[in-house]
Amino acid sequence: MSPKSELTSAGSEVTAVDRIFREESGKAVACLIRLFRDIDVAEEAVQEAFMVASEGWPETGLPPNPGGWIVTTARNRAIDRLRRESTRENRHAQAAVLYTQSEPDPIEGPVSDDRLRLVFTCCHPALEAPAQVALTLRLLGGLQTAEIARAFLVPETTMAQRLVRAKRKIKAANIPYRIPRDADLPDRLEAVLTVIYLIYNEGYAASSGDELVRSDLCDEAIRLARFLTDLMPDEPEAIGLLALLLLTESRRSARTTSDGSLILLGDQDRSLWDRELIDEGQTLVRACLRRNRPGPFQIQAAIAALHSDAPTAEGTDWTQILRLYDQLMAMAPSPVVALNRAVALAEVEGAAEALAQLDGLHLNGYHLFHATRAEMLHRLGRVRAADAAYGEALARATNLAERRFLEERRHLNGLTEERHS
Amino acid sequence: MTQYLLSVFNTEGQEEPSPEVIQEMYADVDAVNAELMAAGAWVFGGGLHPADTATVVSARSGETMITDGPYAETKEQIGGFWIIEAADLDAALDWARKATVACRGPVEVRPFQDEPEV
Repeated sequence: MSPKSELTSAGSEVTAVDRIFREESGKAVACLIRLFRDIDVAEEAVQEAFMVASEGWPETGLPPNPGGWIVTTARNRAIDRLRRESTRENRHAQAAVLYTQSEPDPIEGPVSDDRLRLVFTCCHPALEAPAQVALTLRLLGGLQTAEIARAFLVPETTMAQRLVRAKRKIKAANIPYRIPRDADLPDRLEAVLTVIYLIYNEGYAASSGDELVRSDLCDEAIRLARFLTDLMPDEPEAIGLLALLLLTESRRSARTTSDGSLILLGDQDRSLWDRELIDEGQTLVRACLRRNRPGPFQIQAAIAALHSDAPTAEGTDWTQILRLYDQLMAMAPSPVVALNRAVALAEVEGAAEALAQLDGLHLNGYHLFHATRAEMLHRLGRVRAADAAYGEALARATNLAERRFLEERRHLNGLTEERHS
Repeated sequence: MTQYLLSVFNTEGQEEPSPEVIQEMYADVDAVNAELMAAGAWVFGGGLHPADTATVVSARSGETMITDGPYAETKEQIGGFWIIEAADLDAALDWARKATVACRGPVEVRPFQDEPEV
């Protein structure tokens, strides 16, 4: 449930308007942007239409097609407003009014294509990554600026400025509303998928704050990934991303203790994993594999699927997982992938091999690098070195649940005996 | 259509490229210019003398002042620029890709405030 609906929980019709807002506002905004070529005009008109709805619907009940009603109402409001504002000097507004009047009924138009165009605008490489994320959540996810600010733990004014600046740049620099041409599509799609992944990740491993998981962001990312696979059913990487998110999500409730501490994959109660999400994720992974056009998200999804397959931690097919990490390293090498590969390597060839790999990585600023090193050193009985590494990890970890976890591991390590090899 | 300023940045004090490289650069830039003109995207363009040939004129309470040297106190200075006309930012970025390769320097793409009057 969105914070907004918690605030306005009086009466079921109000909640229904909220629910429809979450479901339909992205579509409506995208459609209005196509009609008026202006984000602010579109956003304001859609907000206004929902205001009218929240006043009228509790008395009249829901119209047969609430989404269509919102689009039509918003379009009429926008035309009224532009007409009022259109003067001899303001030829743009006049042109927009004329243009939309000659358009067929917007509801009949390819509404889903509108959202696809808009997501490529929001994730345009000319916008900085935090702006891409914020715009996507706001325009396609229908989140309020305050909600996005809360999710990313920045002041609302900061988030508002970020959005204003991004919208101004789209307009001034004439960033197009267009599905990129084929030659650019792979790169541009990757940018969109990365934004959705970032949204999920921020929800799943919140970089700061008390809670480990901010589930509203996870839900939103899955919703966006789903909508993208609906619109681009032939893009295996989009399917791969959705599968990866679903499989990761399936472990959410097993990932923390009741007091919010982190539980590692190997120690999780696998009966808590959500079978329905796992089944859906695995079906998607198989569908990807059949297409035989592998990409980084598909490989990560395949790795997640292998974990989901294992009845116990010991029963995990680490050899296959290591092979997939090798493939991922060949395709999209990064120090973080190398770090994850080292974890798999430890299971196949032992902690000493993994440690040797880790020591070649330049990830000094990343808490999980030090946490993984600490874990390997601990396994090798190098208690003092492990303790120092836990210290390094703690010095860099900002999330409270992760910090608590690291402190526990460090304490546990301190109870073991130093081994000399 | 939007007009864009494509500025090429040079880092002052860097080693001069060899005369051969400079000749190559001129030829590449000429080719981009010809392409811009053929596509109807060309508005204006040119290379500039180094920033130490610049003079700044400023006004304070009606009095104008003249100072020697570039205005921005930075090593990164504009070495040349184009003004182009393009359908949207993607089209402008396509030109900028060609421009940066030809000039061997980063190219900043910035939209003009007003659409050109037709």
